[in-house]
Amino acid sequence: MHAVEGTLPRIVQGRVWKFGDDISTDLLAPGAYAVAPLEERKRHVLESVNPRFPEEVRPGDIVVAGRNFGCGSSRETAPEGLKALGVGCVVAESFSRLFFRNAIAIGLPVLPCPGVVEAFEEGDPAEVEIAGALVRNLRTGQALWGRKLPPAMLEVLAAGGILPLLKARGQQLSGTT
Amino acid sequence: MGMTLAEKILARAAERREVSAGEFVTARVDFCMIHDIFAATLFDLLESTGIDRLWDPGRVAVVIDHFSPAPSAAVADIHRRIREGIRRFSIAHFYDVGSGICHQLMVEKGHVQPGMLVVATDSHTTTYGALAVAGTGIGTSEMAYVLATGTLWFQVPQTIRCEVSGSLSDGVCWKDVVLSLLGRLGSDFAQYRALEFTGPAIPSLDMSGRLTIANMAVEMGAKFCFFPADEVTARYLRRTRWDGPIAPDVDASYAEVVVLELERLEPLVALPHRVDNVRPVREVEGIPIDQAFIGSCTNGRLEDLEVAARYLSGRRVHPETRLLVAPASRAIYEESLRRGILQILAEAGATILSPGCGPCFGGHLGLLGEGERCIGTHNRNFQGRMGSPRAEIYLASPATVASSALYGRITDPRRVGVAYARS
Ligand code: SF4
Repeated sequence: MHAVEGTLPRIVQGRVWKFGDDISTDLLAPGAYAVAPLEERKRHVLESVNPRFPEEVRPGDIVVAGRNFGCGSSRETAPEGLKALGVGCVVAESFSRLFFRNAIAIGLPVLPCPGVVEAFEEGDPAEVEIAGALVRNLRTGQALWGRKLPPAMLEVLAAGGILPLLKARGQQLSGTT
Repeated sequence: MGMTLAEKILARAAERREVSAGEFVTARVDFCMIHDIFAATLFDLLESTGIDRLWDPGRVAVVIDHFSPAPSAAVADIHRRIREGIRRFSIAHFYDVGSGICHQLMVEKGHVQPGMLVVATDSHTTTYGALAVAGTGIGTSEMAYVLATGTLWFQVPQTIRCEVSGSLSDGVCWKDVVLSLLGRLGSDFAQYRALEFTGPAIPSLDMSGRLTIANMAVEMGAKFCFFPADEVTARYLRRTRWDGPIAPDVDASYAEVVVLELERLEPLVALPHRVDNVRPVREVEGIPIDQAFIGSCTNGRLEDLEVAARYLSGRRVHPETRLLVAPASRAIYEESLRRGILQILAEAGATILSPGCGPCFGGHLGLLGEGERCIGTHNRNFQGRMGSPRAEIYLASPATVASSALYGRITDPRRVGVAYARS
């Protein structure tokens, strides 16, 4: 299933790509391509950890990772690269604050879920119910509950990001104090 | 109940009498900063969202520092688009090529003042906490939202209190304090939380050291990092009074307390590829290095260049090592020129770079090839940050980096005689 802009799928289904702790924004969006176009940038997402990832990841696939996912810089290109590759959701033991905010701000579903690393192996088929924070391993049948996102963040995700939301709300965009 | 500095500042910014950790608030932002990596994209985002006027162009600074000067035609075009955007949106504060690193300028130019809530498109925005500012990084989409509305949502963080006592031994710098915390507590210790520094050692901690520590607080995941505004702050800002919150309440409640005795510290180094992979320098002495770097928003200040000059004065950098020095701002460049510090460094064989980020984030000005090793005073040693993913980055204090440059291998600064040791 593919996350279409402006609509948050209720359930994401795909294969699992597994990564370790402290996956940094330098790994997600290497500085060398900082100003390259998105089409080029997305080909380098996580390449130093797993060169197959940017080539073989399919829309809807799920990134499962350890602690402190997305640590490092404020670059929004980190979640943006994953979103551009079609990643349906990132489920991690924990997230770095900036990555977490940025992912939601651009409409990439993220779910903190302690225990997820142990519950999955690379390539497992998985299903994530985003609002319900339910993660299921379709190979083992194991189900885990992540930490539910507050309604305000689900609203941002559902709108496809904070700017689409701002636009949709048609708030007085300019000159407001 | 008493409030921490994070709670006080967010309460004020959210126009609430009281807030406590865990709550979500919508707060009014006092100042914003955007640097050259994101400014052009941000202007595009504003346009595509239909925002043609900013909420308050007087509270916005844009800095060209990451690529300064432009290393390619593509970047030069980005800089050109940034300058156009500055005019189009009438942004009041613009710092072009050669001005210096964004965080240093925000502090140096007085844009951040105690008690403010400040956001910037950079993770090291925690730096401003050295002046009792709630400073934190956000991404470009959120920045566009702030520029349109002047507000943003925040979760009020829990706070960790860090009590510091004693004084530093010879050869030990303030950088070693934050490296020691990282090594002890780990890179996600302060995740989603704020740090507050307090204790008998704080009055003797100068602004440069506070900025170094607050800068790297984000490497522990911290959302904010605070030092109280005190006489050191007042002297630095040449001010005598503040409006607004500048210190926590005495009965504020903390999630955790960490105690740090400065006497116990020795020179430390973070080994590749993790900021919390910290060891005493003496345990890893002798590892050959190809490049040494002194600079960045962590340790590119006058005090840092001065420490390096003490170690390098009258000596030569090892012939198989290249030493790069990037002063954090034009003001620092000029002052260190006047004081003869740059002359000492240049005569020791250092390459002096333009004020700015230099090679810190791996964009230009001294990237690493396959298998090369760099020891630097900057803040991140993630794999691939300075060029080849097969290069290694070591992080240490200006004293350790200067000593290592001298010998061409990682060297404990206590081994190197200096005229007068101070950090
Ligand atoms: S000096 Fe380094 S860490 Fe600081 S703002 Fe520049 S690139 Fe970022």
